[in-house]
Amino acid sequence: MKISVERAALLKAMSRAQGVVERRTTIPILSNVLLEASGDTLSIRATDLDVEVLEQIPALVEQAGATTAPAHMLHDIVRKLPDGAQASLIDDPASGRLEVRAGRSDFKLATLPREDFPVMASADYACDFEAPAKVLRRLFDKAKFAISTEETRYYLNGVYMHVADGAEGKALRCVATDGHRLARVDAPLPPGAESMPGVIVPRKTVGELNRLLSDDEAVIQVGVSETKVRFRANGVSLISKVIDGSFPDYTRVIPQGNPKRMEVDAAEFASAVDRVATVSSERSRAVKLALSEDRLVLSVNAPDSGAATEEVAVAYSEDPLEIGFNARYLLEIAGQVDRENAVFLFNNSGDPTLVREGDDESAVYVVMPMRV
Amino acid sequence: MSTTPLPALCRDCGATFEVAAGARPRCPACRSPRALAHPELHALSIAHLDCDAFYASVEKRDDPALRDVPLIIGGGRRGVVSTACYIARTRGVRSAMPMFKALKLCPEAAVIKPRMEHYAAVSRQIRALMDELTPMIEPLSLDEAFLDLSGTQRLHGMSPAAAMARLIRRIEAEVGVSASVGLSHNKFLAKIASDLDKPRGFSVIGRAETEAFLIDKPIRIVWGIGEATAAKLEGEGIRTLRDLLRADPDRVMARHGAMGARLLKLARGEDARRVAPDAALKSISNETTFDEDVSDPDLLDGHLWRMAEKAAGRAKAKGLAGRTVTLKLKRADFRLLTRRATPPEPVQLADRLYRIARPMLQREMNAGPFRLLGVGISDLVPESEAERSGDLLDPDAGRRGAAEKAADAIRQRFGLGAILKGRSLR
Repeated sequence: MKISVERAALLKAMSRAQGVVERRTTIPILSNVLLEASGDTLSIRATDLDVEVLEQIPALVEQAGATTAPAHMLHDIVRKLPDGAQASLIDDPASGRLEVRAGRSDFKLATLPREDFPVMASADYACDFEAPAKVLRRLFDKAKFAISTEETRYYLNGVYMHVADGAEGKALRCVATDGHRLARVDAPLPPGAESMPGVIVPRKTVGELNRLLSDDEAVIQVGVSETKVRFRANGVSLISKVIDGSFPDYTRVIPQGNPKRMEVDAAEFASAVDRVATVSSERSRAVKLALSEDRLVLSVNAPDSGAATEEVAVAYSEDPLEIGFNARYLLEIAGQVDRENAVFLFNNSGDPTLVREGDDESAVYVVMPMRV
Repeated sequence: MSTTPLPALCRDCGATFEVAAGARPRCPACRSPRALAHPELHALSIAHLDCDAFYASVEKRDDPALRDVPLIIGGGRRGVVSTACYIARTRGVRSAMPMFKALKLCPEAAVIKPRMEHYAAVSRQIRALMDELTPMIEPLSLDEAFLDLSGTQRLHGMSPAAAMARLIRRIEAEVGVSASVGLSHNKFLAKIASDLDKPRGFSVIGRAETEAFLIDKPIRIVWGIGEATAAKLEGEGIRTLRDLLRADPDRVMARHGAMGARLLKLARGEDARRVAPDAALKSISNETTFDEDVSDPDLLDGHLWRMAEKAAGRAKAKGLAGRTVTLKLKRADFRLLTRRATPPEPVQLADRLYRIARPMLQREMNAGPFRLLGVGISDLVPESEAERSGDLLDPDAGRRGAAEKAADAIRQRFGLGAILKGRSLR
């Protein structure tokens, strides 16, 4: 293999690739990226056996071929090359070295045989559809904070993407929960997605997906099978296994008809919660909400470290209510509300509370109260 | 030779008097030979109190028929000896010895399964007597504790030595078990001293004799040096504290790190650790060694529940909860497996402890059969921080928690066996 590529394109591809490559792995080949040159493209492939990212960038191919090289090291080298540099990659199978040449710099990296690199078998994607990056980004972004990290309930370690009946007909829906809070986000169902099987997209894939979806104008091709999911756009494709488990029936935990409605400016509410939580010494940072007519008093009482209260103007006309929450959960949910006021629907101090943006049902959040 | 008379103390009646140096003291008041003379007797104030064969003594106190027979406290055929009475010890039985070996040495021994809750109650009685002496008490276990009696002379109208002598007399009279005392100028030496003339011992190691006392002792005398460290040191030719002090200190530190530095200090009899009242508890756990290796998932599940219930019971008694849940399994080949989970909220209830540990056990099921199973919590926090919010996906958790608390209340009134879960019978 002998090729020449632009630093900028290579850097972008390598930083995507090294995001997938685990820093600590016991299988040496998984530290490497697979480089394949043919025609006028260089393909860069990285995997951790659960997620695979493949990116194709334009290259001047003098001699086609393929090899694997250490991902993090190659990324660091490319990152440190001067802007606008042109890099030559020359593979010498005889010495087992990949030479990287740019300007006066010359690097030689140890390679491993390309045959050892585990390429993810391409699944038969039963369902294939297109969706704007913006739409998908909203779905995953608004849901991902609620993903559980608890390993005992591994089936919660991702976002459940499926087809559901939304407020305005069939919807593409993303749900995540850790048992303490839940996010349910809907988007109009893209044509061709009707037959999509419900899949749990793992946390790491959701993180990687973020980069792929950053381009507002892009249209993403989505392929879904029972075991894998693939997102493709602009020469990048991200393939991931899905979590093998069944997502719990979340519909029954979303409260229907909680009667006590509070409306508040989300940003104001969040900064007030953040301020009073400062005095809390516990990791859980419990904040008490005391509601009376058009008045919300937030308070934290930490016997060891101090106390704080703050009053926030709200719209509320029900019976007085006192209820406690984990401050972090409130902040994360309030952080999802960016266009209108946040609407909280309470039942009582022990039941789940529902939060949404204005009266928009396309993104709802549920949070469990806590004893204060 | 000095002719200064030595201060002396009678362990039987508490009288203090003076004797000529070199004379064998006998109490002038009660004529008891159990008198103790030492130049620094009234100047030392760090004590280590260690009950003599505690569990066995409690059992013998409760059942006089056991008084003159060898008695072993320990569990099951596969268990180990947790305490052997002094009669059994004359036959070579030692604590931590496998049960089958102990019974081979002493086949006629009476064996009793430990009744930890009962011993804990007796221990609390002893603790109450200690509390009358000083708040500076650091319990090490149910049957031993450090006491710092510095500055209590005027309060009690007697020296720390006399106060400790009175304490062990009261423990014998009011609780009915005997104890030994070690008195010195730091914890390390006090602990060594209490072991010097057990049972019913009272030993003193003064500042002046510290170095001479330690110099030829084997390194294993240092509290905290186990088999592994001892073997490593012996491999380097270090068998006694003298060898240790002779070795190049830099080398000892390089090879043994912080432990090495600590060792060098202790070898010189220096120990600056303070008696820390109620040193913070780090974890609460319970484990059980099976009579036979177990691989049956149902059986293991039953054991898991019982251990979770016990650990939770202790956590409740102490008002504590844990952020981390640990499952411990010992395989038939003695290899230890530990698995940890950090649930979103601290755990105190047996129900949650069990439900968090169960999937961990299920994942390791193939590694069986096991000889030991244990479960516990660590990273402890006050119970007010535990189980504060419900689980959206497990709406019954609240009800089960309430049921567990109700069952706890019933047991409190009617005894531990008053109400049991079916799964604990497996």
